[in-house]
Parts: sequence; structure tokens; C-alpha cells
Amino acid sequence: MKELDVSVFLAVFEEMLGNWLWIGLGAAALALVALVYVLFRDGGLRPRRLVWSEVVALAGGVAAVLVMQQVTHSGFRDIGGPIDWVLGIAIFAAGAAVTLVAAYAVLGLARRLA
Amino acid sequence: MTTSRIAGAPFARRAFMLGGAALAGLAAGGGRPRAAVATRARIVILGAGAAGLAMASRLAARLDGAEITLLDRRREHLYQPGFTLVAAGLRTPDYVISTTAEYVARGVTLVEERGAEIDPVAKVVTTDAGRRLPYDFLVLATGLTLDYAAIEGMDVARIGQDGLGSVYAGPAQAEATWRAMSAFADRGGTAIFGRPETEMKCAGAPLKYAFLTDDTLRRRGNRTRAELIYNAQTTSLFSVPIVAEKVRMLFGERGIKVNHSHVLKAIDPARRIATFETAQGRKEFGYDFINVIPPMRAPEVVRNSPLRWQSGPWAGDGWAEVERHTLRHVRFPEVFAVGDIAGVPKGKTAASVKWQVPVAADHLVATIEGKQSDSRYDGYTSCPLITRVGRAMLVEFDYENNLTPSFPGVIAPLEELWISWIMKEVGLKPTYLAMLRGRA
Ligand SMILES: Cc1cc2nc3c(=O)[nH]c(=O)nc-3n(C[C@H](O)[C@H](O)[C@H](O)COP(=O)(O)OP(=O)(O)OC[C@H]3O[C@@H](n4cnc5c(N)ncnc54)[C@H](O)[C@@H]3O)c2cc1C
Repeated sequence: MKELDVSVFLAVFEEMLGNWLWIGLGAAALALVALVYVLFRDGGLRPRRLVWSEVVALAGGVAAVLVMQQVTHSGFRDIGGPIDWVLGIAIFAAGAAVTLVAAYAVLGLARRLA
Repeated sequence: MTTSRIAGAPFARRAFMLGGAALAGLAAGGGRPRAAVATRARIVILGAGAAGLAMASRLAARLDGAEITLLDRRREHLYQPGFTLVAAGLRTPDYVISTTAEYVARGVTLVEERGAEIDPVAKVVTTDAGRRLPYDFLVLATGLTLDYAAIEGMDVARIGQDGLGSVYAGPAQAEATWRAMSAFADRGGTAIFGRPETEMKCAGAPLKYAFLTDDTLRRRGNRTRAELIYNAQTTSLFSVPIVAEKVRMLFGERGIKVNHSHVLKAIDPARRIATFETAQGRKEFGYDFINVIPPMRAPEVVRNSPLRWQSGPWAGDGWAEVERHTLRHVRFPEVFAVGDIAGVPKGKTAASVKWQVPVAADHLVATIEGKQSDSRYDGYTSCPLITRVGRAMLVEFDYENNLTPSFPGVIAPLEELWISWIMKEVGLKPTYLAMLRGRA
């Protein structure tokens, strides 16, 4: 009974997000597939597109932190210890990573910044 | 039985505390699906709140062919840990209200009647509608009764008026309490907090509301215009000494004045006077805002039954006399008690329910199988102690007053942290709901 159990984790997120969980996971999967497609099609990364995607990703990371604060009625002044910094950075990183993939895929599909 | 010890399994506990939120993918506790035990046992579960629903879901998953009956007249389900958020103005009452029916596991029969009488010798529960429900196993999950009538002059209908607040009374009253507290925070004056001398659910909640009122005043720039007084019922602010000390320090920092051994006995809502029993006799306090938390006792159906404690500190209020590590009744082995009704030290939180239910279920199923279970509940209780909007302390402890942090070395139990607040604000409810469905 003690082993890590993905199903519990999934159950909790399902309760938290309802159908948005599946919509979100679906959108993320779609973005990933699009990214892989674009990478294959172009035979590798396009540096200019990557740089611009990274710029967008920075905004995505900041947005993730701000949305989290909004949803939880909290702000930077509530950071109380090292783990809070870790959490904030993790939220930023997650937001940035998702945005990076999505931005690169969208720019790639639109054949922009090739 | 093959089940490992459940209490004291930090990994699994994390699933509840973490609420799946924000952090890495550590979650456990549901257990692997195993072969259901075939039986025709009749199981009656009295009360379909947090503990009753979670127990029904778990038993339905583990048993095949059992006749499981859930008894509760209340149709709405209340997510009570959310009351504090409603009373902080952060959520509307609909955040805490849903229906019981949506959590009832398949194969479980919900009877919308109140249990009126238990005959543990004949093994029959009789409902208020006169229905007789014979059982092979009985699970007490009635929660507790708020005894407002024990406070002379208290009128629940006036909550929200004249500075009278009471977070516990229900979702609408929690919101009314917010209105009263918010109005107080605009004006200032004297606010009184405290807790009953009986056992109570979520013993941290009275403290949280004192902190939240302090925070609201500060945000409005009115803290200097207010005096906050916390009247503790004993000589300590919390039953766990190390936590009590920390709260004492925080109250000191925030300028919340503390009186000890003060128990609310009477209130005059029109004149705004609260009367406390103290070591020096009765003492009156004028107030501009008060958060009344009433004495709490076992519901009559248990209090008036042979299942109550017969002597000792829990006899008077009628809590069920169960063995603290198995939650099995000491005189009637086919009876278990989970949740607030259990006459055990500490407990009385939804987090305790999460740890009690698998243990009690395991012992019940083992009995059906003719086996022994070594599952053990060590008193795990947790209370995300909010110290202001945006910060909380993730206080977790057991029967022995040990701190039992789920994330030792990572989330400090006695630090005011943002992450602990996030767990309470967005993680707890989904985890609680998953627990009701037997999925966490
Ligand atoms: C303001 C507040 C804040 C809280 N904060 C937290 C927190 O932060 N963390 C935490 O873990 N816990 C918290 N709790 C505690 C938590 O909500 C309870 O411990 C939990 O709900 C207990 O579950 P239970 O099933 O024993 O009781 P309940 O959920 O109250 O359910 C009892 C059920 O039994 C039914 N019943 C009663 N009598 C009968 C009868 N005779 N026949 C049939 N049915 C009957 C009732 O109708 C009810 O549906 C808080 C509680 C409050 C009020």
C-alpha cells in the first residue's frame, strides 16, 4: 500500500481540474506532436525560431507564477522559506517549458522565423 | 493480512497533504487493486460525511456481494475545511456545498434517513422513519454535534449581525461571519476568539481565524485600531506542546493577547458581551467582533447508546469507545468508529479520516475473511495552520504529540510557508473529494 501510485495523483488532479485536466493534457500532447513534426520536417532546430520561442517562454514562465498567485490569493511577500523559492522556480520552469514547446511548434507550423 | 502498516507511512501521507498540487509526483495510498473478498455481510454505515463516504467507497472496492447501507438524512455534502476560506472572504459558500449522492460508490445503498437508535446486542439500527436495519458490521461515522444551546444567550440566527461570528455553524454562517469580520476590520475595536473545552474538530481552526482577522486588519491599515484577544480554554494554546509554543510566539509577534483557562459560557448578542468562566469566576468581555465556537459532543444516537465511553474523559460527551489503533469498539467487536465520532485522542480532522478509514476497513475485511490485520492508526492528524492569507504552517502530529512531517527536511512544520498555504487552498479539496470516492 505504500508504493507510489500514479492513480492517486491522477485522481486528485481530476478532482481539481475536472475536464480541464484532459483538455490540458490533450493540448500539451498536441503541442508535443507538432513540435516533433516540425523538427523532423525541418531536419533540426532553427536557431532564430528557438531564440524567439525562448523569449515567449520567459513570458510564459512569468505568467505561470502570476496565475498561481492569483488563484491562491498570494504574492511574492508570502515566500517564507527556501522551499517556497523552489516552488516558485518550479512553477516558472514548468510554465516556460510548456510555452517553449507550444511557441516553437506554432511558429514552425506557420513557417515563421525559419 | 498482507497490508502493511498504514499510519506512519510518510509517502502515502503525502498524497493527502500535498493534495497533488504543485510538487513532484509523489503520491500513494490508494493501494493496488486486489481480489475482492466475496461475502454476504450486511454492513451499516451511520453517517455519510467525510468518514462514512470514504468508508463506503473503500469497503465497496474490497468486498464483493456485501450489502452496504449508508444512512444519512442530510442530502448536501459539506466540505468543512473550506469553511475557513469562506469565512476569510476567499470563497463563496458554493465552494463547500455539493451533494452526498454524487460520492456514493456503486453497490452501496444510500438511505436518506437518520439513525435514531442502535441496539448493539441485537445488532440492529432503527431509523427515524422506523426502518429496522439489522447488521453484521456497524460503522459509526456520525461526526459530531455543535452544542450552541450550551452557550446561554447564543442565537445562531443572529450570526453575521452585531459582530457575532461563528465559522463552524455552516456555509451560510461562515459567509455571514466574513461579513461581520470584514466590517470589524474596517472599524477596529475589540475582537474575541477562543475554543470550547470539549473535544473539537480541527482544533487549529480557532487559531487560524484569529490570525486571519489580524491579517485582514493589517491589510486595511487598521491593526492599531483593534485589540485582539484569544481566550484559551486551558493553560495551553494547542494540545501539541511544540506547536503551542510556536503559536504563542506568533501571537506575541502579531500582538494577539492571550488569556488562559477562559471558557465561553454566555453571550448577549444585543449588548455585545461575552461571559467566560475563569479560575477567578465569571468574567465579562465587551466585544465588537467574536468568533463563537460551541462545545462539541457525540450525536445523541451514539451518546445515548451502549457504544459510548462508560467512564473517563470521553464518557460525558458520549464519544464511541474504540481501541485507538484499530478503531474497533472495545466491547462490540463488529462495531467500528471513524472520523469525529471516534473517542480517541486528537484526530477529528479530515486528514485523520484519510488515515483511519483504511485501517478500520482493513480490520473489518480481515474479520470477514477470518484473518487478522496488523494495520495500525497512530493518531495522525494534520491541520494546515493558516497564519495569514498566503501563508500557513503544515502541522502534522500523532497520538504521542510527535511531529510527523510528511516532507521532513523539505517543508518545515513550524515555518510559515507559501507552499503550505497552497496545499490548503488548492490541494486539500481535490484530495478530500478523491478520498470520498476511495481514490486517495
Ligand atoms: C471550520 C472547520 C474547519 C476545518 N478545517 C479542517 C482542515 O483544515 N483540515 C482537516 O483535515 N479537517 C478540517 N476540519 C474537520 C473535518 O471537516 C472533519 O473532521 C470531518 O468532516 C469529519 O468527518 P466525519 O465524517 O466524521 O463528520 P462529517 O463530515 O461532519 O459527517 C457526519 C455525517 O453524519 C451524519 N449524521 C449525524 N448524525 C446522524 C445520524 N443519527 N444518522 C445518520 N447520519 C447522521 C451527518 O448528517 C453528516 O453528514 C474542519 C472542520 C470545520 C468545521
